[in-house]
Amino acid sequence: MSDPRAHVEVRGLTMAFGTRVVQEHLDFRIGRGEIFVIMGDSGCGKSTLMRHMIGLNRPSQGDVLYDGEPLWEADDDARERLVDRFGVLYQGSALWSSMTLEENVALPLAERKRLPPREAGDVARLKLALVGLAGFEGHYPAEISGGMRKRAGLARAMALDPEILYFDEPSAGLDPLSSRRLDDLILELRASSGTTIVLVTHELPSIFELGDNAVFLDAERKTMIASGRPQDLKDSDEPKVRAFLARGRL
Amino acid sequence: MDVERDDGDVRVRLGGRFTLAEGPPATDAVERELDRTSAARVVFVADRLEAWDSALVSFVFAVAALAAERGKSVDTSALPAGARKLVELSLAVRPRVMPAAPPEDDALTARVGKVALKAWGTAGDGLTFLGETLLAFGALLRGRARFRRVDLLHALESAGVGALGIVALINLLIGAVLAFVGAVQLQQFGASIYVANLVAIGVTRELGALMTGIVMAGRTGASFAAVLGTMTVNEEVDALQTMGLKPVEFLVLPRVLATSLMLPALTAYADVLGILGGTFVGVTMLDLGAVEYLRTTQSSLALRHVLIGLGKSVAFGMAVAITGCYYGVRCGRSAAAVGQATTKAVVMGIVMVVVVDALFTVLMHLLRL
Repeated sequence: MSDPRAHVEVRGLTMAFGTRVVQEHLDFRIGRGEIFVIMGDSGCGKSTLMRHMIGLNRPSQGDVLYDGEPLWEADDDARERLVDRFGVLYQGSALWSSMTLEENVALPLAERKRLPPREAGDVARLKLALVGLAGFEGHYPAEISGGMRKRAGLARAMALDPEILYFDEPSAGLDPLSSRRLDDLILELRASSGTTIVLVTHELPSIFELGDNAVFLDAERKTMIASGRPQDLKDSDEPKVRAFLARGRL
Repeated sequence: MDVERDDGDVRVRLGGRFTLAEGPPATDAVERELDRTSAARVVFVADRLEAWDSALVSFVFAVAALAAERGKSVDTSALPAGARKLVELSLAVRPRVMPAAPPEDDALTARVGKVALKAWGTAGDGLTFLGETLLAFGALLRGRARFRRVDLLHALESAGVGALGIVALINLLIGAVLAFVGAVQLQQFGASIYVANLVAIGVTRELGALMTGIVMAGRTGASFAAVLGTMTVNEEVDALQTMGLKPVEFLVLPRVLATSLMLPALTAYADVLGILGGTFVGVTMLDLGAVEYLRTTQSSLALRHVLIGLGKSVAFGMAVAITGCYYGVRCGRSAAAVGQATTKAVVMGIVMVVVVDALFTVLMHLLRL
């Protein structure tokens, strides 16, 4: 049975490429409106787990449930409906380089919501303004800084008013101020719209500042070795988790 | 460097210059001594050391690994402070023990089997991609395909107008070469005028389409693979998928459509230039009149030759575009993978053009066309 309170549930998930297992027996639940952190050392499979949760990689075992509805057992139409419920900010922003920022944000509105170009443009400009990019609508991704690209990526991820937002290493490559601004933006987003947020990161300030709950993936044991509130995990029974959260200073 | 035994220790006495310029010292002497002795410790003595850099640290690191393998400890306290710290840093993290890879079976049958399985997998994946592209065409015919019209226009420009120069040059030269080679033979029989027939039929039925297809495989197919490969590396293709947009419809369909539409137009253009190349050789080398040459061309050229060439070119366009897009969308996740995808797209694109041409030739022979 799925947990009725869980917005997202990862159940018995095993990720493998051929015979190489990345992570196995992953089980955790994410509550509605929660900011959930997936953390672990480099190469443990955090981003790969996110790709399995958003429908890009098929798990070798297990499933991901959204309000109890399985993502991978579903047929293509049902999966497409589920995919419509979340937005993703990729590590490198993944903005479409041949389109302006406005076109990037307007495209999903035009294609998925069938908005006429003018209305899609209006909503796109609003979303860009919400992330502080008013006036940059006509710029191409190559013409703006890394931090601005992240914010534009966030505007595009928010375009369809998703229930769940996935962030893959949002602070990667950002200076501390830009990183802080992005963290504030995530908090504001949750406060204003109650969006469930899944954060893949190993940035300790973001983990403690943002995370309501977290799961720790271990590269050597190839499974999750701890879960709970980040503050509580500082006193985890697992030395590796304690060391990770104390930045090695025990 | 001297290696000696003293008070139950192995003493490694370092003297002179231990720098990369002198070359890192060998550890053989230390290893031999470690194998001979039951001493529990290796002690480094550096009282005669004149200069050091990474060569020293690398030597001590290697000796420490040899000692650890034999259950012996290492005393680095006599090393210069900087070198000691670097050695401590290099030994601070235990090397990660990776599970041993299963031994490779390098028998001929195993290698052939692996290659065959890989080829089978690629063929299956290629067919899946072809099926997805045909489904996208089906959606287009039903008016349900989703892609940006501006992307189609860009692809039309890139696969059409952008290729005019190179297509013109290649086909002008091909027509001239064909006329020249034909003239050398036909002059012996006093049948120079038949050069016009040779060029007209050869270019319109075969070479115009074939050469244009090959040029487009190297130009447009490579471009598609590079662009889509870069989009794959930058997760732009993933972003389309998570926005509920189908990459095959959104990225592949406009490119295949544009190339399939533009190839016949380019082939018609190539045919004209090929005949012009032949005319130039006929007039300047064979002393044929231009009007006479063109009249002979006109009388020898049946419509079916032109139509067969144009029909082939549609298939060439699809083959080149689908191959380029396939290798782009299936690109790995690194810059090197984009290069590999582009190379594969060009090679396989040319192979596909020639294979499709051969199939057409057999089919036309069976149909007596």
